[in-house]
Amino acid sequence: MSAETAQNARGSGGASLFSDQRFRSLFFQALVIGLLGAFLVFIVYNTAHNIEKRGIQTGFAFLDAAAGYDIAISPFMEYTATHTHGRVFLVGLFNTLLVSFLGIIAATFLGVFLGVLRLSPNWLVSRIVYCYVEFTRNVPLLLQILLWYAIFLALPAVKQSITMFNDIIILNKRGLIVPEPLPGDGFMLVPVALVLALFASIFFARWAKKTQAATGKIYPVFMTNTAMIIGLPLLAFAVTGFPLDFAYAELKGFNFKGGVVIKPEFTALWFALSLYTAAFISETVRAGIQSVSHGQTEASEALGLRPSWTMRLIILPQALRVIIPPMTSQYLNLTKNSSLAVAIGYPDIVQSFGGVTLNQTGQAIEVIFITMLVYLTISLLISGFMNWYNNRVSLVER
Amino acid sequence: MSVTEQQYAPGEHPDLPPPLGEAGLIAWFKKRLFSSVGNTILTLVAVFFLYHVLSAIIFWTLTGATFTGETKADCDLGGACWLVIGDRFHQFMYGLYPTDQYWRPNLTFILMVVAIVPVLFDNIPHRGKFLLFSAIFPFIAFYLLSGGWGLETVDTDEWGGLLLTLVLGVTGIVASLPIGIVLALGRRSNMPIVRTLCVCFIEFIRGVPLITILFMASNMLPLFLPEGVNFDKLLRALIGVALFSSAYMAEVIRGGLQAIPKGQYEGADAMGLSYWQSMRLIILPQALRIVIPGIVNTFIGLYKDTTLVSIIGLFDLIGIGLVAVADVKWRGLAPETYAFIALLFFISCFAMSRYSLWLENKLHTGHKR
Amino acid sequence: MKFGKVLFAAAAATAMTTAAQAGTLDDIKARGELNCGVATPLPGFAAPNAENVWEGLDVDVCRAVAAAVLGDPMKVKITPTTSKERFTVLQSGEIDLLARNTTWTLSRDVNLGFEFVGVNYYDGQGFLVNKSLGVSSATELDGASVCVQTGTTTELNLADYFRAQGMKYETVPVATAEEGAKVYDEGRCDVYTTDASGLYSLRSTLSAPDEQIVLPEIISKEPLGPLVRHGDQQWGDIARWTLNAMIIAEELGVSSANIDEMASSTNPSVLRLIGAEGNMGEQLGLDAKWAYNVVKTVGNYGESFKRNLTDTLNIERGINAQWKDGGLLYAPPMR
Repeated sequence: MSAETAQNARGSGGASLFSDQRFRSLFFQALVIGLLGAFLVFIVYNTAHNIEKRGIQTGFAFLDAAAGYDIAISPFMEYTATHTHGRVFLVGLFNTLLVSFLGIIAATFLGVFLGVLRLSPNWLVSRIVYCYVEFTRNVPLLLQILLWYAIFLALPAVKQSITMFNDIIILNKRGLIVPEPLPGDGFMLVPVALVLALFASIFFARWAKKTQAATGKIYPVFMTNTAMIIGLPLLAFAVTGFPLDFAYAELKGFNFKGGVVIKPEFTALWFALSLYTAAFISETVRAGIQSVSHGQTEASEALGLRPSWTMRLIILPQALRVIIPPMTSQYLNLTKNSSLAVAIGYPDIVQSFGGVTLNQTGQAIEVIFITMLVYLTISLLISGFMNWYNNRVSLVER
Repeated sequence: MSVTEQQYAPGEHPDLPPPLGEAGLIAWFKKRLFSSVGNTILTLVAVFFLYHVLSAIIFWTLTGATFTGETKADCDLGGACWLVIGDRFHQFMYGLYPTDQYWRPNLTFILMVVAIVPVLFDNIPHRGKFLLFSAIFPFIAFYLLSGGWGLETVDTDEWGGLLLTLVLGVTGIVASLPIGIVLALGRRSNMPIVRTLCVCFIEFIRGVPLITILFMASNMLPLFLPEGVNFDKLLRALIGVALFSSAYMAEVIRGGLQAIPKGQYEGADAMGLSYWQSMRLIILPQALRIVIPGIVNTFIGLYKDTTLVSIIGLFDLIGIGLVAVADVKWRGLAPETYAFIALLFFISCFAMSRYSLWLENKLHTGHKR
Repeated sequence: MKFGKVLFAAAAATAMTTAAQAGTLDDIKARGELNCGVATPLPGFAAPNAENVWEGLDVDVCRAVAAAVLGDPMKVKITPTTSKERFTVLQSGEIDLLARNTTWTLSRDVNLGFEFVGVNYYDGQGFLVNKSLGVSSATELDGASVCVQTGTTTELNLADYFRAQGMKYETVPVATAEEGAKVYDEGRCDVYTTDASGLYSLRSTLSAPDEQIVLPEIISKEPLGPLVRHGDQQWGDIARWTLNAMIIAEELGVSSANIDEMASSTNPSVLRLIGAEGNMGEQLGLDAKWAYNVVKTVGNYGESFKRNLTDTLNIERGINAQWKDGGLLYAPPMR
């Protein structure tokens, strides 16, 4: 409805309902709801009809039915073919979280490192990082995952494994095999000591800060806490008489038995995700550090702060405000991208639950719905965290 | 130092050349590479690293590589075996498209260039006429590729390789822009229901991985349709890709809408323009202009994401690559195949990101301080 | 910016096909082409040759049905389908016949609304290993890495078998047969498991086919056959009897080479087959020479088997021999 006709309508005295903005808005919303409702009814009707016609089962009973197939990687819980599809969901979820978590850690370290190198005054170093970042960013992640997998499958076969440190670490195309730690009696004291140390260091840091604010006296917080976090568990370990054994891998039959096997599917996915995301993170870090005006550095130098303090107390807190939001969305992307595991058969939630269970049960709607819900929940949690953080660090101006 | 006879008014003195060692190549080297001990060590490490990596890459791709021959056995130089690319080059380009019809994708490629150039650059003569051609290009391309009306029909399952990747990318781009604009306007609308719907849709799509949307398109879409109606596989994938990218596009465009000063909205209202008139004539032209770099970046992401269709069984570049790698004749040549595909993607994505940067600089000149 | 939407609508309109549920035969005749679903390349059963023409035992079923209905075995549109999507495309009407080494099971026959029209290959799940591993029986596979295609019954049988034998294994999931061949060849797994026919066809795609052996244990019963949608009995009958005609032709010694001479045969069964006697074609709603066309252009079952499986993949007839020769092939009489 154009303004001209609206004016005409008004001019002719017959005030059309459409010239009333409130009515117009209500009308359009009713229209949208009506169309959407009709669309939904259409889809639901078709779906119900098709499901009945094709004899597809509905409901979530399949979650309690035995899955019947095996999953190669289940580090956190026992899983055999006799377990249920519900268990498959958990195994897949944990595998997704595992690769995402480790990917986020590796990508952050590498990304920050590269971002700092990119800002290096050394032209050559900065250029090398630039080339790396551009190349990694402009090649599809799926291709990088496949490439890494191909590289790992090009490693020697089982019988020709590369062995390191007197057969303790073994590398072949079936994975990297390291000794399995077997905790003995009293080993539980070590993690307990670690938790104690963590609490103690938090307490100490707070106390030191408060004391500094009150008296100006500065304590070596970082050194003390590092010593505590490393020292206390070590002490506990020594006191209990080193109760830790290792099971070493041995070549028996087809494969190595014993030890922990880190499968090439996992490693390829982890490498590709970390390297790809690191390239994006490095750009974020660079932009963040560059966003802090040079005047801040100069002012802090003028105040007589040491360079390391300038970085820690002046530059970083301001840069982080710019870095954190895009960084969280990179973390989110990494988590979502971990679903590409399906291309190389790493049993994450999309490969195991969303793929194999879907095929075995045929219940596409339920399975895809649950899978999407998982990612949505992760997204909401992460963006919830981001909002909380943004509120915490946002500038309180005047 | 000799005092010159010449007297200058303050500020009129010609610039003297910089002192020796502060300019020129040597100075540059000194400043950028060897300014301190640490820097020098860093440079040496970088040179060492670069030497090894570059020589390995050059050996593998060029000096140690095999370019001519018939079978894998001919590749005995230790480097890459590019024969697999040559052997399957037509598949990488056209997929399973009928050999005698190659002129059709070729013509489409050429027309695509003609259609894209006026969209990208605004200083070519007769741009308006060319833009008209760009607008009808998708129809011409669709007709040329799929046939009918005098041309032999080619089913979409025979499209593949770079051709399919481009079809997916271009259609995704063309479809996601209008949908994205509608969603962005909906999200900024003051009608609560419309806004809520748009927000839910955008956040839902952005919260899940593309692969689950493609699974949905390939497994669930057939269930949603009335009995007997079905979309072909490519169209199902296209719907998934377009929905996915439109949500991201909507967020980029929303950024542009938010950046337009309130005065513009009020000005348009004061002129008595209707909502659509003010959007079409005042707001969108400015908002879209600001976010063009963002749109191009979304396109790059979309273009890379099209590779995921290989997981649901379409033969795009990666899909064809997987077939080539599985061929017993060329088994074990995965790195060569993937490297070739990576190169194709790198060239196009890098070009797009350079274009985006160039555009950003061009658009920002007016606003810079 | 509207043209994007219009393009979509246009694409949707051309890609939408309306399939009727009944009267499949009339649809095919009107269309002049049979839509047939086969496996994504599986040498011996369905794979395009160097000229991009599809060949294989399953493809021959498609061609035979096209020959029976349309008189021309090339009037087939072959649609390769993955194990995941094969049922959906048949249900939705995208294809008229699915000949994709699909196991005949009760739930597929009853629950999914399909009708299996017979068995064109009696199969069972087996194991392929490299000779150098020195394994001669599946019971020695404890601790092995096993490649298996996901989303198939193979995967379930595998888990059952190893559990029943009290053995452990590492599963290496692969999405397609080609990917499986590649991964197996690269040594990611020691064993590849699928239907024995699939193993033979996989073996031909490995870099050292002679180094591989199929272990004697067959751990499941897999009668593979073509299937159609439930509900159109006439169409089901046509598909069923086309397959039977190929089997009967072999039993009677009628082949593509000698069928023209068979007009002078004195055997009434032969005369009924080639349409010289009786009204078999009419009863099916087809031309009197329908079976003649099938055998003349595609060949009998034995010819198809030899051409696609024995000559290329070295698969023996085994249990797929005629009942007279001690096999399981036993077609009901055509009369």
